[in-house]
Amino acid sequence: MRKTQAPSGAFFIIQKHDKTTSKSLKKQENDGTRPMSNGQSERREMTGAEMVVQALIDNGVKHLFGYPGGAVLPIYDELFQQDAIQHILVRHEQGAGHAAEGYARSTGKAGVMLVTSGPGATNAVTPLQDALMDSIPLVCLTGQVPTSLIGSDAFQECDTVGITRPCTKHNWLVKDVNELSAIIHEAFHVATTGRPGPVVVDIPKDVQFAKGIYTPPQTAPRTSYQPKVQGDLEKVKAAVEMLAGAKKPIIYSGGGVVNSGPEASHLLRELVDLTGFPITSTLMGLGAYPASGKNWLGMLGMHGTYEANMAMHDCDVMLCVGARFDDRITGRLNAFSPNSKKIHIDIDPSSINKNVRADIGILGDVGHVLEDLVRLWRATAKADKKALYPWWEQIARWRARDSLAYKPSNDVIMPQYAIERLYELTKDRDTYITTEVGQHQMWAAQHFHFDKPNHWMTSGGLGTMGYGLPAALGVQIAHPEALVIDIAGDASVQMTIQEMSAAVQYEAPIKIFILNNQYMGMVRQWQQLLHGNRLSHSYTEAMPDFVKLAEAYGGHGIRCEKPDELDDAIKEMISVKKPVLFDCRVANLANCFPMIPSGKAHNEMLLPDEATDEAVANAIDAKGRELV
Amino acid sequence: MNAQHLQPTGSAYFIAKETEKPENHTLSVLVDNEPGVLARVIGLFSGRGYNIESLTVSETEHEKHLSRITIVTRGTPHVLEQIKHQLERIVPVHRVVDLTVRSTELGQERPLERELALVKVAGTGDSRVEALRLADAFRASVIDANTEHFIFEITGKGSKIDQFIAIMRPLGLVEICRTGVAAMNRGPQGM
Repeated sequence: MRKTQAPSGAFFIIQKHDKTTSKSLKKQENDGTRPMSNGQSERREMTGAEMVVQALIDNGVKHLFGYPGGAVLPIYDELFQQDAIQHILVRHEQGAGHAAEGYARSTGKAGVMLVTSGPGATNAVTPLQDALMDSIPLVCLTGQVPTSLIGSDAFQECDTVGITRPCTKHNWLVKDVNELSAIIHEAFHVATTGRPGPVVVDIPKDVQFAKGIYTPPQTAPRTSYQPKVQGDLEKVKAAVEMLAGAKKPIIYSGGGVVNSGPEASHLLRELVDLTGFPITSTLMGLGAYPASGKNWLGMLGMHGTYEANMAMHDCDVMLCVGARFDDRITGRLNAFSPNSKKIHIDIDPSSINKNVRADIGILGDVGHVLEDLVRLWRATAKADKKALYPWWEQIARWRARDSLAYKPSNDVIMPQYAIERLYELTKDRDTYITTEVGQHQMWAAQHFHFDKPNHWMTSGGLGTMGYGLPAALGVQIAHPEALVIDIAGDASVQMTIQEMSAAVQYEAPIKIFILNNQYMGMVRQWQQLLHGNRLSHSYTEAMPDFVKLAEAYGGHGIRCEKPDELDDAIKEMISVKKPVLFDCRVANLANCFPMIPSGKAHNEMLLPDEATDEAVANAIDAKGRELV
Repeated sequence: MNAQHLQPTGSAYFIAKETEKPENHTLSVLVDNEPGVLARVIGLFSGRGYNIESLTVSETEHEKHLSRITIVTRGTPHVLEQIKHQLERIVPVHRVVDLTVRSTELGQERPLERELALVKVAGTGDSRVEALRLADAFRASVIDANTEHFIFEITGKGSKIDQFIAIMRPLGLVEICRTGVAAMNRGPQGM
């Protein structure tokens, strides 16, 4: 992260401590025999470990997050002898995975992680599943015990492909060094195309040492894997017709728009402008349509805005773009948007008709389908924006409920206020936000406003506490000059707090903005909703001193307890060129509203002004209780 | 295999009463014959709570390294559609054909389904004679025998084999091995 040096500067500084004397020698060897440029390599003989590094270079990898161990030492030895790829040493393999996810989500490229066998691989499982559920391209290379020992319960052996089979898009155990390079290339192809996702390549140690023929990436993918990107034009036509006839339309977009690339976000904005339709988005899709856009209704779903959810419930035509009707979005399924025709664009055929029946299901990449949709709309449909007036008036009435309102305070910092101030003081910068999981995450989604895609990294599907800090590290590595903030909770942040050490090592000035209420706030909120306010183990009686903790790691600590001191504290946080732990003491018992209680429909929201203790205690009926 | 949970899978909010009736369907799945591919298919069924009534797998095109998996599964039409799409997502899966749906499209009652079973029957005297006589009636052939036992080989629809096994039970049935269902659609078209 040194701005004055080459990207690999930090890498060699660390090396000096280890191997100062051999460095110059290694460099010479490098220059003489290895084509370590970023250009495409030729077919030639090399060891498996060399192939790994070469294949990463050939697939455009610049950064790699990892942790060494016995079964990946040959690969680490190769990494030592090159400077095309910067390796970021994390403190726990889960951190490597989330950092790679943050890197991927903020760049649109694949994130890459390298871990050892056994515990290295099992620690990678959480980020793999996280990436699977949020469709993040993540390439995970794992070391494995030598092929001759597989199945013998060898030291640090585990059935990596068996364990990761259900939490990857695909995985491979490489048994022959001659297949290694082709498999890594295929792994990148599978991870980044179609519906993106995580892949694992498990490489036994003897394969890393063995010599074989390296083959550069080829364009001929395997015949069984050919994701369909172009939508069926007849269906797109039918969709345009249905949209043109809508009186109460809504566009509901999701993470698929972000994944499809900047062009898809651009087309989505164009579509909204052309049609004049209101638009809402899932948690994962925030930023694809700008929050400052005039047709924006805010996020929908369990903690979405009243206007977004009511519009979803009452609409007559719903256009779902790259979202998957997750249970956080739909609420009670048999009461979900009962009177609408639904158009669903998705690249994954299994998403269409999974939870909600689509009247028109268009299989294809969001960007490609939107291109056709916009083109056909221009050619055939005429936006009758006047016809939408009554609908917009209705929406305005819902909006007037001001569902994100909260009671301000001069004595304690309200968590919503903290996010608002954070937004106001950072909105003019190139700011990236990551989060952990819980109340703070929902408040961030509600009160921080995103105008650009790829600037919001959060664990949506899996809901992984501990995601945000390492993800922020990954984002900062990808965008050294940007302001990267992890909006965290006091409970979540402690799950991966050790990555502060990695952030200090790489001089990644990430800002960990902790909304500290001493509770697992969302757990407590659900205990209040479901379990008679019996707060079983959701209060943290022994909290670390985050300021001292930051200093112990070599970072910078800030504590703020008063609303009138908040702005200055945030400004200090922004100006410090170091990793910061910001201990923001917020109102302990604030809860996150509005909320669709479990088992309820979109039009049965619990609004902040109605959420009395009694309403909260009775919000969920017996049937809803068993739901998550 | 795991018929105990016929619940539709998917959202935790699937509390709407299921009005569709579960049906048995036969799926043909063409896959690359590579390590772990069967585990991927089976893991999908167990992980998502789908049912497997019968499963047959073997390499069918050696040069292309293709295997064909035949699965008899049970679910509502909505779940069956999900199963098909979920199978198609598996990277080494080439094609998934719901033979039951396909046969309806072709105007046929159901796909051709055959199963092979080996049935060992031990006994002497009248029951031994009766076993042999019934085997003949079922067109089962004797592939191994001594004075105390027969091993019959029988091919046919599952129901025929069920019946044969039921009849053999009182006649000294010792052991049964069944292959599971192999299936394809009638007519000149491929899958």
